[in-house]
Amino acid sequence: MLLTKEQALARSTHSVGGPNETFVLNLGPQHPATHGVLRVKLTMDGEFIQRAEPVCGYIHRMHEKMGENRNYTQFLPNTSRLDYLSAMQYTHAWVGVVEKACKIEVPERAEYIRVITSELNRIASHLVGWGAWVMDLGGFTPILYAFDDREKILDLMEHICGARLTFCYYRFGGVANDVDDVFVQGTKDFVPYMRERMKMYKKLVTENIILRKRIEGIGMISQDMCRRYGACGPVLRGSGINYDVRRAEPYSIYKRFDYEIPVYHECDSMARYLVRMDEIEQSLRIIEQAIAAMPEGPFVAPKVPKIVKVPAGDYTYATEAARGRFMIRLVSDGSDTPYRVKLRTPCLANLSLFEESSAGMLLPDALAFMGSLDLVIPDIDR
Amino acid sequence: MSHLLEILGQEPYWSFVRIGLFLVGVASFVGANAAYLVWCERKIAAYVQRRPGPMEVGPQGLLQPIADAFKLFAKQVLVPPGADALLFRLAPVLIMTAAMLSFVAIPYGAALSPTSIDLGLLAVFAFASINVMALMLGAWASRNKFAIISAARVVSQNIAYEIPMLLTIVTIVLMSGTMNLGEIVTKQGGWIWHWNIFQWQHNPLVVLSFLTFFICMLAETNRAPFDMAESESELVAGAFTEYAGMSFGVFFMAEYANIVIGCSLATVLFLGGWNLGLGSFLASVPAWAGALIGLGAFFAKLYALIFTVIWIRWTFPRTQFYGLLNLSWKILIPVSLVTLWVTSFLLKVI
Amino acid sequence: MSSSPTVEQLQAEFAILYPPPPPAAVVEKPAPAPEPAPAPVVPKPAPAADAAGAAPEGAAAAPAAAPAPKPAPKPPVGPILQAEPPVGATVVDFAARGFNLDLSIPAADVVAVAERLYGHEFSLDTMTGVDWLKLGQMEVVYDYVHFASGLRLVVRCRVPRDNPELPTISHVFQGALWHERETHDFFGIRFLGHPNLVPFLLPEDATYHPLRKDFAGASD
Repeated sequence: MLLTKEQALARSTHSVGGPNETFVLNLGPQHPATHGVLRVKLTMDGEFIQRAEPVCGYIHRMHEKMGENRNYTQFLPNTSRLDYLSAMQYTHAWVGVVEKACKIEVPERAEYIRVITSELNRIASHLVGWGAWVMDLGGFTPILYAFDDREKILDLMEHICGARLTFCYYRFGGVANDVDDVFVQGTKDFVPYMRERMKMYKKLVTENIILRKRIEGIGMISQDMCRRYGACGPVLRGSGINYDVRRAEPYSIYKRFDYEIPVYHECDSMARYLVRMDEIEQSLRIIEQAIAAMPEGPFVAPKVPKIVKVPAGDYTYATEAARGRFMIRLVSDGSDTPYRVKLRTPCLANLSLFEESSAGMLLPDALAFMGSLDLVIPDIDR
Repeated sequence: MSHLLEILGQEPYWSFVRIGLFLVGVASFVGANAAYLVWCERKIAAYVQRRPGPMEVGPQGLLQPIADAFKLFAKQVLVPPGADALLFRLAPVLIMTAAMLSFVAIPYGAALSPTSIDLGLLAVFAFASINVMALMLGAWASRNKFAIISAARVVSQNIAYEIPMLLTIVTIVLMSGTMNLGEIVTKQGGWIWHWNIFQWQHNPLVVLSFLTFFICMLAETNRAPFDMAESESELVAGAFTEYAGMSFGVFFMAEYANIVIGCSLATVLFLGGWNLGLGSFLASVPAWAGALIGLGAFFAKLYALIFTVIWIRWTFPRTQFYGLLNLSWKILIPVSLVTLWVTSFLLKVI
Repeated sequence: MSSSPTVEQLQAEFAILYPPPPPAAVVEKPAPAPEPAPAPVVPKPAPAADAAGAAPEGAAAAPAAAPAPKPAPKPPVGPILQAEPPVGATVVDFAARGFNLDLSIPAADVVAVAERLYGHEFSLDTMTGVDWLKLGQMEVVYDYVHFASGLRLVVRCRVPRDNPELPTISHVFQGALWHERETHDFFGIRFLGHPNLVPFLLPEDATYHPLRKDFAGASD
């Protein structure tokens, strides 16, 4: 059931009241379903949620202030610590905004490497999100299969940059190391392997009747609600809005590849689930094309100064991270440290609609819905 | 007093000794079985999930349950402030007592039954429903919101699933003509098609009855995909949230004891109990060997069912709560009612 | 309601409401003559009047000490370090800056602009503040994104630093509920009419605003 704006707001929390006997249930900061230190203050009427108010900030680290205290290069590792599951795209946004402002030309090969690693990272991230979500729904096994596949990606990543989670692999003007044949061959082998696995997941999990009953028709998010809250990523595309930063603001070399943006119009949790599963397939397509077309050449621009100075002005750069639109707004005063760094993170926007959408839901449904938002808490708290 | 002496002096005093012996046996069996079912569950889960499972303590982690037991014994049993201390401590005792008492009526072999109660089936169900009372008591007494939500769920879930389960039982009782578990098994003697699950001439829907019974058993024992009582990703640990150390351990043991009871009942009622189902093929073996073979057959069927229970847990996600109630009220109850009508009709006509 | 307005349409629409001051310092593209606007032009006298009235006020609050480097040789990076940002709509080069249209408005108009953009099916991407300590001003930046066309619109307005207040837009874009709380946390900018302006990421008893440039560290 899709509500109009007025209905949704009326049902939403700011107007809920009445003589019912309610109690407050603190879901978190330590709770198995919140995947981190998110606290949701629930006002419950029995097992029905009257109001769900997320309380954030438990692992707030003030990355934006850190950005003002250190120079452009020193801030680079910070960006991979926001959404630690899709660190590549986040680092991409930071190097992207600096390259855009300083007009640094990135070599072809580096762009290809960035696309390949970003898409591998997206697959890894979706796998974790998928497994953890099904675990929230009580199915414990898929996450271990997902981690099995993710392990293969992490091994590839470790081979090229040494890190397995908070990759700090991109540099201004390129990447830190060149990729070698082991990585290329490993990625080529990974694509058909992952396609086989996706078939199995479809049979084993996606078509499971219990799972479908749990998430079909649960957590409806209308297009209007997406706009009002600035929802992004699979949440947006599960509501029938065909918006992907890779298409809308084509960065890097995404224009060159042939891939589709999966869009589902059901607006429910199942739609978001299917969007993520399809995105894995599309990422595989991009990887396949990129690895075939990757040219030889330098992997980093030759003349990038050690201390980068960005011309005064304000710049934005957005990437499509696994959870949605990640944007950096950089305000520079021309010195070697940023004047202001704003990190626009997808999870914050996606969680902000939880309060309106979960009013009136049953607790297990609300948790299934929260899983469909695929939250990473450090990304919200920054 | 004189009356008691009179009974003890008579021949059947043996039955008291027998029950006493079985209670000791059951107590040790329940403990050891729970411990090693946990090990089995972890190993099976590991196999399903393509990982080794417990490997550190003993060969293949075989001593892991003992280490776990030591850990649980060493932990303090905390009573949360504001909780009803008496009921809080009483709940694990209640649940364990009920579980153990249920074992008394179950026939493990032709001569291996603690006692032969004519209303054995009824007794098992009477004891088994204490289970839910104890869970509710413990959850309520622990003064935790998650536990109270869980308690409410457990009660409505059990009410919903007792009905189709008992309707199925009535069907079987009609087919067997007795409520004595030993006699039910005896009637299934002979060949494999004499087992109740293959008694299509009496009840063409008996396979459905078996499935109903099995699903209800999963729900009654709060096993996945119906583990509403614990539902660890929603309610932290549900009714057990505030329990620590051995008081949690007792709940845990009782859960496994209940699974064993449920699967034993399924074996007895549908799968021929201790019968091997090979006709008179083994009739010539000595009595002790026959008893051993019977016991083996019983446990083989029992553990096959338990394996299925574990297998289901590690394959399926949890159902939604209203989905669970819908399944019972909209599908299982009508199905079991139809089965009951068909059976009684056939029995009356034929 | 045109579902996908173009940059030029939007610029024309807002250029009518917020005409740039006559000696425009930075004009990358001469504003088109007030052509018949394609979008349903609701004559909005009130904001325009506000624009005329509020802008000098904001400038007056800023001390004249601001060393605004007005002269022309400054590279055309937009209205960044000027004491009084030009009010008006400027089309910017997406490839160089990352957005399409830069709209500077007086603080009183943020709601009217938000409503107008909501009508155009824009979505609030994010919002944040920038502390211009030397100018004695705070800048509040709203990032809007249009899903159908991918258009990116930046709305900025400046408020005096010693009394940073502006109306909330959280009743138009509910996403702003959290963004405004966060901006209040970090900069101490008050959003009038916000239903629940309590700390969002900072501790609930925080009295400091860490992204202010004169922030010296939390004492408690």
